[in-house]
Amino acid sequence: MEIRIILRGALSGLVAGVLGFTFAKIFAEPLVSKAVDYEYGRDAVLTALNQAAHRTAAPAETETFSRDIQSTIGVASGIIAFSVAMGALVAVAYLVLHGRFALRPSRLAWLIAGLGFLGVYLLPFIKYPANPPAIGHPFTITTRGQLYLALVGCSLFLLGLAAYLAVKLRHRVGVLPAVLIAAVSFLVAYGILIGWMPPLGDLAANVAASNQFGYARAVTETPQPITNILPVPLVIDGKTIAPGQILYPGFDADVLWKFRWYSVINQLLGWTTIALAFGALLDRFIIGRAPRVVPGGVAGEDSAAGEESAPEPNERVPSAAGPP
Amino acid sequence: MASISVPGSTTRARVTPEALSKGRVAVILGGTAFLALAIYYLVGVDEGMVSLFGKTMVVHEWVHDARHFLGFPCH
Repeated sequence: MEIRIILRGALSGLVAGVLGFTFAKIFAEPLVSKAVDYEYGRDAVLTALNQAAHRTAAPAETETFSRDIQSTIGVASGIIAFSVAMGALVAVAYLVLHGRFALRPSRLAWLIAGLGFLGVYLLPFIKYPANPPAIGHPFTITTRGQLYLALVGCSLFLLGLAAYLAVKLRHRVGVLPAVLIAAVSFLVAYGILIGWMPPLGDLAANVAASNQFGYARAVTETPQPITNILPVPLVIDGKTIAPGQILYPGFDADVLWKFRWYSVINQLLGWTTIALAFGALLDRFIIGRAPRVVPGGVAGEDSAAGEESAPEPNERVPSAAGPP
Repeated sequence: MASISVPGSTTRARVTPEALSKGRVAVILGGTAFLALAIYYLVGVDEGMVSLFGKTMVVHEWVHDARHFLGFPCH
């Protein structure tokens, strides 16, 4: 039974991944192209500026795959693989948790997928949001990676604690108050956590780089306008660049906003698809088989048994352990 | 999908939960979680902050756009 349920989770993830890729291809890829163009233009200006000032510039990136590959099968395989993995993880979480709550299988699947969306993506996004290409300094990738993964882990851990609190309190104070208490506790703890974690602009490497062309002290790594930061004029290709003059704009705010907004929608789409598809498959698989179970036969003996003698499809179970 | 056939067993209508031992269930769940986390790592992290295959950028560049769009830190 376990393998069949995991396969259903992975299948839901596959459907979610195909939808997610379609969405990304239509909405994200045009923005990625703009961001890559911006990045190339920026690198060219920085190289010229650093040469004119006799400074060493960071080496340009080399291309392994063409943009055509990256923006089609590259992004497709990445998003689909991610979604399948998340679908499988939701199924694993379901198998660990099922039978402990008087919940329809699909409702438990929805709850798990909802918490997954929050913990894996949305909560970390609040502090360290998704960025298009051109944003993110290569020399801070290690620190940024550690911070991001730590925040994903902490988000999931705190969410788990909050869910545990809600489950423990629900018999004492009722479901809604229990969920509210858990949610407020979570928000306080999470607020303290992300307030304590450093903004990316404050990383030591970024502070150290702020005297370079194209970098400046800022809260994030979003590219600032490239200006002549020297007190003397510079000459590039016969043109004089006065001190403080802007040579290249900062990153387009509208492109950044749209990219992040679409990134949120994309994840919402993916996790919703996993929740609905996996939930529907579960209900068919488990409740659909229920009449075959001898009533009262093995109830409560094993976690799976409680699930199969569980409620009929039309019956609503009141003691849910979380928000709708 | 009402009937499940188990390899090597007679044609029983369904597998009872007891048919899978707790140890085997733990292996299945642990193995699946490990595989899923490996995929998460390859799509989101590898050849960025740390690299499994040395100083290459093949996986990184292949999933480059997905990595950005899924919210992972990237260059």
